[in-house]
Amino acid sequence: MSTASHGEYYIPEPSKWPIIGTVALTTSVIGTVNTIHAGEMSYLLPVGLLMVAYLFFGWFGSVIDESMAGNYNTQVDKSFRLGMMWFIFSEVMFFAAFFGALFYARTFSVPWLGGAGNNASTHEFLWPAFEAIWPVLTNPDNAKIIAPREAMGAMGLPAINTAILLTSSVTVTWAHHALRAGNRTHLNLGLGLTVLLGCVFLVLQVEEYIYAYNELGLTMDSGIYGSTFFMLTGFHGFHVTMGTTMLLVILIRCLKGHFTADNHFGFEAVAWYWHFVDVVWLGLFIFVYWI
Amino acid sequence: MNAVVEEHHDHDHKPTGLGRWLFSTNHKDIGTMYLWFSFTMFFIGGALALVIRAELFQPGLQIVEPEFFNQLTTLHGLIMVFGVIMPAFVGLANWQLPMMIGAPDMALPRMNNWSFWLLPGAFGLLLASLVMSLMGMGSAPNFGWTFYAPLSTTYGPDSTDYFIFSVHLMGISSVMGAINVIATIMNLRAPGMTYMKMPIFVWTWFITAYLLIAVMPVLAGVVTMMLTDRNFGTSFFDAAGGGDPVMFQHVFWFFGHPEVYIMILPAFGIISSIVPTFSRKPLFGYSSMVYATASIAFLSFIVWAHHMFTTGMPVAGELFFMYATMLIAIPTGVKVFNWISTMWRGALTFETPMLFAIAFIFLFTMGGFTGLMLCIVPADFQYHDTYFVVAHFHYVLVTGAAFSIMAAVYFWLPKWTGNMYDEKLGKLHFWLTCISANVLFFPMHFVGLAGMPRRIPDYALQFAEFNQIATVGAFVFGFSQLIFLYVVIKCVKGGEKATDKVWEGAHGLEFDLPSPAPFHSYTTPPEVK
Repeated sequence: MSTASHGEYYIPEPSKWPIIGTVALTTSVIGTVNTIHAGEMSYLLPVGLLMVAYLFFGWFGSVIDESMAGNYNTQVDKSFRLGMMWFIFSEVMFFAAFFGALFYARTFSVPWLGGAGNNASTHEFLWPAFEAIWPVLTNPDNAKIIAPREAMGAMGLPAINTAILLTSSVTVTWAHHALRAGNRTHLNLGLGLTVLLGCVFLVLQVEEYIYAYNELGLTMDSGIYGSTFFMLTGFHGFHVTMGTTMLLVILIRCLKGHFTADNHFGFEAVAWYWHFVDVVWLGLFIFVYWI
Repeated sequence: MNAVVEEHHDHDHKPTGLGRWLFSTNHKDIGTMYLWFSFTMFFIGGALALVIRAELFQPGLQIVEPEFFNQLTTLHGLIMVFGVIMPAFVGLANWQLPMMIGAPDMALPRMNNWSFWLLPGAFGLLLASLVMSLMGMGSAPNFGWTFYAPLSTTYGPDSTDYFIFSVHLMGISSVMGAINVIATIMNLRAPGMTYMKMPIFVWTWFITAYLLIAVMPVLAGVVTMMLTDRNFGTSFFDAAGGGDPVMFQHVFWFFGHPEVYIMILPAFGIISSIVPTFSRKPLFGYSSMVYATASIAFLSFIVWAHHMFTTGMPVAGELFFMYATMLIAIPTGVKVFNWISTMWRGALTFETPMLFAIAFIFLFTMGGFTGLMLCIVPADFQYHDTYFVVAHFHYVLVTGAAFSIMAAVYFWLPKWTGNMYDEKLGKLHFWLTCISANVLFFPMHFVGLAGMPRRIPDYALQFAEFNQIATVGAFVFGFSQLIFLYVVIKCVKGGEKATDKVWEGAHGLEFDLPSPAPFHSYTTPPEVK
């Protein structure tokens, strides 16, 4: 089945990657559950993750080869764009679930536990000593779930991290303009700086977590404030890690001379992703750290 | 519509062997795998339902332990929702969308195959927990398909963590499938096929895909919170740490309500394809159908808490969700009106797909009306968690969604296989299915109104007769589906040759292609006028 024989359409050859992807993900999740429960098949987690890495190298590798061979037309390009756009939208909705949990806790569950609305008897009968204040520094049942001693301020590391991510958005845009203008030096420089800023962000985030755990008593299991704090910033950090890795791959491709001034969807997709990660951070900075 | 179909012999040679299926990049093969997967799961989920009905034949405990009964209801629901209805619709989308819009395949064929193959992985994990449970090694998920906290967090069995990741895999599968549908429809339509010329089935799937992308990640979010509450000490659903178990229900139903429209909008598209064909008239009110579908999709995002009226929400919230829910009756009413108007003074014939479609219109509407009853807050306080709710959602999901899938299979099977199905057996299947479904589900309204709670293995003596009737209906319904299986296999194997147009009143690009449709549907885009 030759790919050239479908008129003006491009249809890829049968591919082994989807089935490898299935085995990789299924293996990873079995490994994860076993790791959580200290089960016998914990070794499946690293095995699965290695397979996922192989999958990424192989699948994206073959797509890059096809692209470099000039197989793709504008229609394929548009399909990829639509795919990436709506993938990012699905990620937005994933974060929306956790932001929703944060807003629900701040607007409803914590005030209600403190007796707001028609919940006076809930407050009286469950935990009469509980005071509804955000961030929650005394949990309803503080003997069972120990609250953090102090909340994470917004103006230290988080503010610096905000500046770093905003700057990285500028540098990636600079690189994009350079690519379109054919200035490869500025392209590589801009991308390199973006990757560097991504890494600095991650290092500072780790610093912040260490500080939270050691100095503030702010942990995953310190009640609803810690839960929302770590799940939101943690998933964001995971996305920054993914984004930085993607940027690094694009940088390597740029150094190899991939992409042209008007054909560089791989670059754009990663840039979109990076901006998305940036916007999520602004939401975090405002609602998790600041107000 | 006028299509230029070129000769296909050049690229119609299919890959062979197991590799054809494992490595497929072909929308028809992937569609076929989705449909057979769904069919298999239909029998597994159905078998669980028959055990449930057998236990409920009499009051008292006869066949299964209460603990195992809970696992049965849970897995029955999960399998039917995520393993039967959703994959069947994706399978139909895979088969039909490229043909209907004049494209050679889906826009992202490799991702398409990954979407499918994740499902056997996900359901492997889920069914493994049931097998383990049967072998006496731990319990399968036992908290109902809605997996409310704290049943699924504090009190969930160990297998819950497998269940969580199984849901993650299903979610990845659905989101990728939906992205593919959107890219295909936006990018691969034949020249001249503007949005308002698309077949309604394409429209309904287009909108369904947006619902999927919007809510499957929210489901992934809520199961992730479950995972961390269970294993890493977070307090999302634990009031002692400032969280709230009711928050679980809010996040879950923010996914869950659009989800029920994900399971019915493609059905609307199917019915809107079949009714005009066998009425030999164009669909009445095409554009109002499109707008009604979009309105239903929009409304689905602002009605979720009608599943939770008894949780003690503020009265303002209850009123808002009650009125918002009532609004859904308007676009749905538009649709039912349009289907009936399409049939009005048409030259009707009653082949099996049409029979299922008419049964759908009648019975789905009944399910809709019981939905209206349930959305009235003070009435819902009485109906909540009774068999009335079970009757309601089985009318919309079985005699609604499942009937539409059966109708679609009968309608398009000749196009897929090139052979006509056995009409006599098809009609027999329809009448047995339609009558037994009503014998099965109609009495549930009565026991529900009389106060019989759902999800229990035992019940008060006064409910016995209606439960016995329901169980008889269930077994007839279940075994009737073997006829369906036989008809499908017989049609795949051979039979009277179908014409290209298949049905006298058929309309649309897929009926311009030969029967069976060539491996790559349209390699040269047809011109749509």
